[in-house]
Amino acid sequence: MTGEVAISTDKLTKRFGDFVAANEITFDVKKGEIFGFLGANGAGKTTAMRMLCGLSIPSSGQATVAGFDVYRQTEEIKKNIGYMSQKFSLYEDLTVWENIRFFAGIYGVPRSEIAPRAKEKLRQLGLYHQRNQLVASLPLGWKQKLSFSVAVFHQPEIVFLDEPTGGVDPVTRRQFWDLIYEASDQGITIFVTTHYMDEAEYCHRISMMVDGYIKALDTPTALKQNYGAESMDEVFFELARGAQRKGD
Amino acid sequence: MKQLFIFIKKEFKHVFRDQKTLLLLFGLPIAQILLFGFALTNEIKDSRIVVADYAGDGASQQLIERFRQNDSFVLEQSLLGADDIDEVFKQGIVKLAVVFPEQFEKSLIHEGKAQVQLIADATDPNTATTLTNYAQAIMRDFQVSYLGTASNLQIEVVTRNFYNPELRGTTNFVPGVMALVLLLVCVLMTSVSIVREKELGTMEILLVSPFNPLMVILAKAVPYLILSIINLTVILLLSVFLLDMPINGSIPLLFAVSTLLIMTALSLGLLISNSTNSQQEAMLISLMGMLLPTMMFTGFIFPIENMPVPLQVLSNIIPSKWYYIIVKDVMIKGLGFAAIWKETLILFGMTLFLLVVSIRKFKTRLA
Repeated sequence: MTGEVAISTDKLTKRFGDFVAANEITFDVKKGEIFGFLGANGAGKTTAMRMLCGLSIPSSGQATVAGFDVYRQTEEIKKNIGYMSQKFSLYEDLTVWENIRFFAGIYGVPRSEIAPRAKEKLRQLGLYHQRNQLVASLPLGWKQKLSFSVAVFHQPEIVFLDEPTGGVDPVTRRQFWDLIYEASDQGITIFVTTHYMDEAEYCHRISMMVDGYIKALDTPTALKQNYGAESMDEVFFELARGAQRKGD
Repeated sequence: MKQLFIFIKKEFKHVFRDQKTLLLLFGLPIAQILLFGFALTNEIKDSRIVVADYAGDGASQQLIERFRQNDSFVLEQSLLGADDIDEVFKQGIVKLAVVFPEQFEKSLIHEGKAQVQLIADATDPNTATTLTNYAQAIMRDFQVSYLGTASNLQIEVVTRNFYNPELRGTTNFVPGVMALVLLLVCVLMTSVSIVREKELGTMEILLVSPFNPLMVILAKAVPYLILSIINLTVILLLSVFLLDMPINGSIPLLFAVSTLLIMTALSLGLLISNSTNSQQEAMLISLMGMLLPTMMFTGFIFPIENMPVPLQVLSNIIPSKWYYIIVKDVMIKGLGFAAIWKETLILFGMTLFLLVVSIRKFKTRLA
């Protein structure tokens, strides 16, 4: 990990009418870091993430992603990030191979590089023999892993993962995290939201969002110490207890 | 540009892998053409008629023979009294009676005119009108051949059915079906295909990618434009070779205006998909919201001129109405662009309007 900053926000705020979904959130994410973004349903995680991806314009505050401004340089940001949403979102009626080709294509990966890189990726995932199968026929865990590979296929600087392991069994989740570590080792910054507190432990640093505010931000070890907790679960309960917003 | 091509290729794969879509895309037009061409025609064949021949002379016999030979009629029986006619009508099988008065031939030759009475069962007024028209046509033919064209003693009723002398139903239906099918299929296909991306969550991924959102619209429209033109070709081939429908005008012009209608439909589909969030919603609006108005107001089933004025005004916003007028002019009357420029301009205006509105509504951001 170098000292370079991948994402930097300063009092970033998003209002929907009277409702403040994200309230003056301020944090820095270092290059190559795995940054966990935690919070209950409705705490504002997805809103914050969408602002950083250029999907949503902030109401106020500042932020840069990969060095680009979220107001004026969304096109530049889009070229330098990868994104995986909470909903599984590859084309089920296309094959594994076709999905990779398609997404690599629209991200402008040169044609000559797509095939060798895709081959290597699929071998690593153990999906090479299924490359001509329709994605619809794969088990959910494999779909998620494939989704992740597609999100980092164009070698972005930062990849945003919005609750990537929802509905996946613990073993597959562990394997999924292996992929995340691998990407992090290659210098890709990981910005991940999650509900699972065991996953929070895998992150280098985590922030806890409650009612649109960032209530805590530190390494998992430091957070546990500060709150005198045995596990991240306890830290989370301690922080989320005072939440006004109910989950959606 | 390369990205666009990749996207279009993907769209084609979606279409060809989904058998239901394919069936809808190509099955519907063929089924419609065959249905309207053969089953739902208002043309009448083998209609049963009865004849009451009080004359029993050469002229009446010849005329009856002509009825017998005509495809439209099946001569059921000869009757005597007028009461019998009422009786057979009540049974509902016979729709038309032809009555020859006594001395038919005599008055035709000596006075230069004679009367024949046509009595129709007008419970279905359209059938009645059609049948009497058929019968009159037969009699007119007979008159000419029996008296010779030189005869000027005859007071001839000149009713000519322009462009459709045989009162064939297909002439009306083919342009109508073309309008209906092209409009419905295109609107439905485009609206569903964009909403599907929203529903699946892939739209989110596309919006995060550097791919220009407007290109998504273009990439979605191109495959359906191409497929619709193929569809149009199939419809035209079927009408020419199966339904004996002539194409009197310029074929390139026909394709050009059809492409315009397809574009109108694609823009409408885009608008629907940009305003809805689920495939069901989009399908419901496209089918329920479009099918009935299109059927009603295109003019090929119910003549628009016969509608109350408010409805006539309303019919102006239905794109297929204008297309129907254009196709009839080009295909059946064989007219050129000079005759249809006004309708073409209206369609063009509609397309432009829909396109601008739908692009403005297209959400390139999620919030």
